[in-house]
Amino acid sequence: MRKRKSSWLQEIAVHGFLFIMAAIMILPFLWMISTSFKTPAEIFVLPPRWIPKEPALENYRELFASINFGRPFMNTVIVASSITFLSLLISSMAGYAFAKFRFKGRDKLFFLILATLMVPGQMTMIPVFLLLRQLGLLNTYAGLILPGVASAFNIFFMRQFIMTIPNELIEAAKMDGARESFIFFRIILPLSKPALTTIAIFTFTGSWNSFLWPLIIAQDERMYTLPVAVSVLAGQYGENLGIQMAGSCVVITPILVFFLFAQRYFIKGIALTGLKG
Amino acid sequence: MKTNWIWILTFVGPALILLMVFLIIPIFASFYLSFTDFNVFAMTDWSRAKLVGLRNFIELFKDELFWKALMNTFYCLVVAMPVTVVLSLTCAVLLNREQTRFKSFFRTSFFLPFITNTVAIAVVWSWILNPSYGLLNWFLSLFGIKGPNWLGDPRWAMPSVIMLVVWKAVGYNAILFLAGLQNMPDFLYEAAELDGATSWQKFWYITLPMLRPTMVFVTTMMIIGYLQLFEEPYMLTQGGPLNSTLSIVLYLYRQGFKFFKLGYASSIAVVLFLMISALTLLRLKLAERE
Repeated sequence: MRKRKSSWLQEIAVHGFLFIMAAIMILPFLWMISTSFKTPAEIFVLPPRWIPKEPALENYRELFASINFGRPFMNTVIVASSITFLSLLISSMAGYAFAKFRFKGRDKLFFLILATLMVPGQMTMIPVFLLLRQLGLLNTYAGLILPGVASAFNIFFMRQFIMTIPNELIEAAKMDGARESFIFFRIILPLSKPALTTIAIFTFTGSWNSFLWPLIIAQDERMYTLPVAVSVLAGQYGENLGIQMAGSCVVITPILVFFLFAQRYFIKGIALTGLKG
Repeated sequence: MKTNWIWILTFVGPALILLMVFLIIPIFASFYLSFTDFNVFAMTDWSRAKLVGLRNFIELFKDELFWKALMNTFYCLVVAMPVTVVLSLTCAVLLNREQTRFKSFFRTSFFLPFITNTVAIAVVWSWILNPSYGLLNWFLSLFGIKGPNWLGDPRWAMPSVIMLVVWKAVGYNAILFLAGLQNMPDFLYEAAELDGATSWQKFWYITLPMLRPTMVFVTTMMIIGYLQLFEEPYMLTQGGPLNSTLSIVLYLYRQGFKFFKLGYASSIAVVLFLMISALTLLRLKLAERE
């Protein structure tokens, strides 16, 4: 009898702890969303009203009409999708070659690519900035996209996955006279869907959230990406809490919704990279 | 059978060219730049940059602000790493219990901060931490505690930054620990239970040692990530007040892209790179010896 009571208490303690942790993780989001729909009169009311009395779209209207937030939104969509598409194509091609082709220096070359994984991004930032400046690519889509496409991690990830595809499949196709391009597009890519999904999700999320790079490359307002636009907003509209929260909502919500739908791929992908490492 | 070289070039070529131009050559260029006095005048005409040997590094060694940035960054690493490990491991262990309910709800909510844009959520946090209108101080006032001026007080600014850093990292690391826990064979626990082990003993003598590979991975990634602290202080405090939250990368950004002292900034990048490599190697060496 006594033992049962204590384990009941234990359950309450465990769930209490987890609920408090969950609240700490979720409340900032709820507060952001609710504040973005508030009028100035309601914003500073304490205790906070989680559901605004008179929800208003005023903040969003101002954000898109007078601050023109649509432009950075479109820029981010263009940049993140292009990086994802190009990176997927190029790294799966290279991953296939490193996994299945036989050529001199293959493993040395692959090791060189792996070694760059350890190098922090700040190490390449300044030379690439100077190079893009020299080529006149500052404030262009090319400047924002190209440096993000080359990903040593994606090549590594694709190679590891393609190695698990049996050689017999490829040999059989070759017997039938298939060319490498046919094998790649018709056999390798369809079989690599799980790996492609994982890196597509991480590459897209990563480029959507990327900040330091666009901050340096996009100095012209018209080329701002969302994170840069939000950071500028925080400086210019320092006192206008409602607008800032609406801006943050626009940056955060798409990825949040995306995550809620594709959750199991996110979590599987992370567990995978963790166990491999 | 050897593959035709035309196919090799077609498949490896694009990746290799991009990696060369945007990754491998720039790494060497960074080392080179760190030995030059490349500054705003050299921007228009590269030939104005002169080799100056180790001058940048000597200057850096004497630069009080750089030392401050170094100390702040290590302060963040030394506090944030153990706190993240303890919190995320606790969450993972509790989520791994059979009796725990609402598992997917907890897992989803813990994970939300990680996928969220740091810049945008930092704006939200800067208002949560606002001394007069903020949620946090309002909540503390319910218990009769007068909260500090989180971001305005040099003593509290770094703890505030760390709060955001840990908040973002817990869910991701909990997922990694959870994956490690689920990979563990049940028979170890069954054997321990037969021997009458308490749950604390099971955690200490079975779970922790068995989690070592995950622990090594998690802490290594944290060393690499936390030493590159940038977005949180950039958004929350701009490195202030009194440079109490100035981090290495923030200082690099200022020197390089505010003052365009690109040679000097490159020497900061080189030092950061060497520190990260040294600490990563040290961590892996320690893991081997354990």
